[in-house]
Amino acid sequence: MKNKALPISIIIFLVFCFVIFLKGLNNTNNYIPDETLGKKISSFTAINFFNEKETKSDELFAGKNFYLLNIWASWCLPCRNEHKILMKLSQNNSIKIIGLNYKDNLDNAKEFINDLGNPYFEILRDENGTISIDLGAYGVPETFVIDNNKIILKKFVGPLNNQSLEEIKKLIK
Amino acid sequence: MNLFKIIIVIIFFFFSLAINAQDSNSKLINKISKNIRCLVCQGQSIYDSQSDFAISLKLMINKKIEEGYTEKQIYDYLTNQYGEWILYDPKFNKNTFFLWLLPILVFLVGGWIIFRKTRFIKL
Repeated sequence: MKNKALPISIIIFLVFCFVIFLKGLNNTNNYIPDETLGKKISSFTAINFFNEKETKSDELFAGKNFYLLNIWASWCLPCRNEHKILMKLSQNNSIKIIGLNYKDNLDNAKEFINDLGNPYFEILRDENGTISIDLGAYGVPETFVIDNNKIILKKFVGPLNNQSLEEIKKLIK
Repeated sequence: MNLFKIIIVIIFFFFSLAINAQDSNSKLINKISKNIRCLVCQGQSIYDSQSDFAISLKLMINKKIEEGYTEKQIYDYLTNQYGEWILYDPKFNKNTFFLWLLPILVFLVGGWIIFRKTRFIKL
């Protein structure tokens, strides 16, 4: 019995490892902690997309609305896919959508907006990507739902879809 | 002529100081970058990654160093934004104690098994 204990424990260990790895295959590879949720959005200053003027985020998020801060770029394919969701949301009066154009060619970005429509109340430029880092972003596209006290209520990493649209609508009710 | 030489020496002195400061900054950026996980390709440090977000993170670290942040303050800032997960060298706390104690536990159990086996052979 004593001699069998070691091979049995090795087999149990290997089965345990197999189950863990098998479970891991079904999960997404990217781990995304929600550190910024419930915190106040970082203050930043950025160049305005259309008039090249400096814009302070504190002045932009000063209203009594809900805000959606969407990080996008013309070179990002999922941003094209989520654009129709943003266009739908732009018709909702209780939320203002702010765009943050991440590391983009200005001409390409303007073409993107001309082709697909402009759902944004304001668009700011993040030329070197440091503003997105300051916001705690993980990639492009990424969307933050912000309340009237500048608190981040929800973060969507990756493109918005119909399910996220419903979640946003519930949050801003 | 002497005055000219003195001016040249002074220029070289300040030039070497500037290079030295820049060099120590880049050494610190590299040191910190090796300990920060890439947000996009999470198996790599930002030192090894060339993804857009890794480059932005390195720029941010450089900006913080220029603003006078210490190494610890930069780690604290990034941990605040992204959680302890972003560090390759996590601190010892209630969430990470198992990670730190597991190698010691394996070493002790392994040592005990080896001790038992060798004692058995001697007998």
